[in-house]
Amino acid sequence: MSFWNDPLKVAADWLLGVFTGWGMPELAANILIGFLGILILISLLMVLDIGLVWVERKVVARFQDRIGPNRLGPFGLIQPFADIIKLMIKEDITPAGADKVIYNIAPMLSMMSVLILWAVVPLAPAILGVDLNIGVLYIIAAGSIGTLSIIMAGWASNNKFALIGAFRQVAVMISFEVPMLATMLIPTILAGSMGTAAIVEKQDIWYVLLAPLGALIFLIAAIAELGRAPFDLAEGESELVSGYNIEYSGMKFGMFYAGELLHAFTFGGFWAILFFGGYRFFGLEKVSPFLAIAVILFKAFIGYWLIMWVRYTLLRIRIDHMLAFNWKFLTPLAFTLIMVTALMNALLAGAPAWLYIAGMFLSNIVVAWGALEIARFYSRRERERIEGKQVVAAGH
Amino acid sequence: MTGEQIVFLVVAFFTLAAGFMVVTTRNLVHAALWLVAALFGVAVTYVTLHANFLAVVQVVVYIGAIAILFIFAVMLTRRDMRDQGPQMNKNWWLGALLAVLTFGGLYFLLQGWEGMTKTATSYPVSFDAISELGSALVSPVGYVLPFEVASVLLVAALVGAVYVAFNPRNGDTRK
Repeated sequence: MSFWNDPLKVAADWLLGVFTGWGMPELAANILIGFLGILILISLLMVLDIGLVWVERKVVARFQDRIGPNRLGPFGLIQPFADIIKLMIKEDITPAGADKVIYNIAPMLSMMSVLILWAVVPLAPAILGVDLNIGVLYIIAAGSIGTLSIIMAGWASNNKFALIGAFRQVAVMISFEVPMLATMLIPTILAGSMGTAAIVEKQDIWYVLLAPLGALIFLIAAIAELGRAPFDLAEGESELVSGYNIEYSGMKFGMFYAGELLHAFTFGGFWAILFFGGYRFFGLEKVSPFLAIAVILFKAFIGYWLIMWVRYTLLRIRIDHMLAFNWKFLTPLAFTLIMVTALMNALLAGAPAWLYIAGMFLSNIVVAWGALEIARFYSRRERERIEGKQVVAAGH
Repeated sequence: MTGEQIVFLVVAFFTLAAGFMVVTTRNLVHAALWLVAALFGVAVTYVTLHANFLAVVQVVVYIGAIAILFIFAVMLTRRDMRDQGPQMNKNWWLGALLAVLTFGGLYFLLQGWEGMTKTATSYPVSFDAISELGSALVSPVGYVLPFEVASVLLVAALVGAVYVAFNPRNGDTRK
């Protein structure tokens, strides 16, 4: 077993040899190696996060027909580091009447809720933090800690705009969690496991072909969960200034901001893991684990880019429209889709591959078409009702 | 003492301390956040018992939904977050008596149970707790009846909540 085939195990074995050579007991050495692994993963993620600031600013600039940061270094690459220095030397303000302890814990919890997600991201066949057999639920649980951090930030700031922003954001997050969990169950049904590693391993056919509608609903719910446009009413500038993080300054604001960017990238990664084969790409993952890592990062960046594309193209939706869209359209659709997927999966269990793929794909299309027809019927009736009222009002 | 026991003692102490803070702190939002801490401690206890599924569900349901709803309800209904009134009422001795009796009864019952002193056998390597749980919940010899009864109860609660909140005068758009 060479380093290039299984780098994690080789490095861990080597470190274990070094530490026990120093006279450390094996248990302590293993715990220390675990901590080192976590430290390295988190450090790499934070470095990636700095890069994401640059990516986000460059991409939004392109979408808005600007150039973006271009003064510091080639292509403005040094700009995010300058931003970090600025954030670090800014005055750290705690507003009067703020609940100090909660106010300071909230940004940490927000960042943590994103970082702990990476414990279940399978980067390559043997490279993942922990192979939880409940990976899908773990993702939702980490999201609920993020929800908690937002409400803590909003309440502890002692600012009405922050509080209203937090209320809106939490209302969105806890309602869009429902269709999100429901669509995450579709890969679970198809793979027969809730573990992220098993879901990737079972994806000989990308699940986006078997559940295109599920992939779409997951993306919509993920964008809402991230609080990005068109669902970014928590930070509606004209109404709420900046939402739940309005009172935060310096690096504490930086933690919310960096956490949001990394969260978007992470959900790009989960989209790839659940529906686009994760680190698998035509057998490339078998060549080298490093190639597999490159593949999943590439796919995650594509997902992230799509989320940015949506964010900078669409307008903000009103909160009642958004909640109605979730509860009256997305949630029933997601539940219908789970039932249809489970049923078709059981019916076509013994069918040849082409029939299986075609059946699953067509069933998704039929469900989507039916949902759109029902939505169109109701919206037409609603429009006629409102227009009828206007005619009556005009007649008087 | 093994590492597992140390972890358990630390977590148990943390959970109890957080639970104590829930009932003694005067700030209602702080109480709700201490409740979150206590529930998180219970989730860690589940992890030490190798019940990963229950631990994650504990976080999703209790912290992600119920505690958040508590905080919402407190923030939306109270103008002042501080509880001014006395923290004890006349029946405090009855509550204390019931708590002591329950604890004593549980202690007495568990003393007589042979599982109390036995060390549990460890799981076989291929044991998949979550699929065992899943098939137990839907198998007729398992827990399918309690499971379905609980589902019906929850649906009834849901329908009841909608009925209570539904105002036919301005809520029904079909009229």
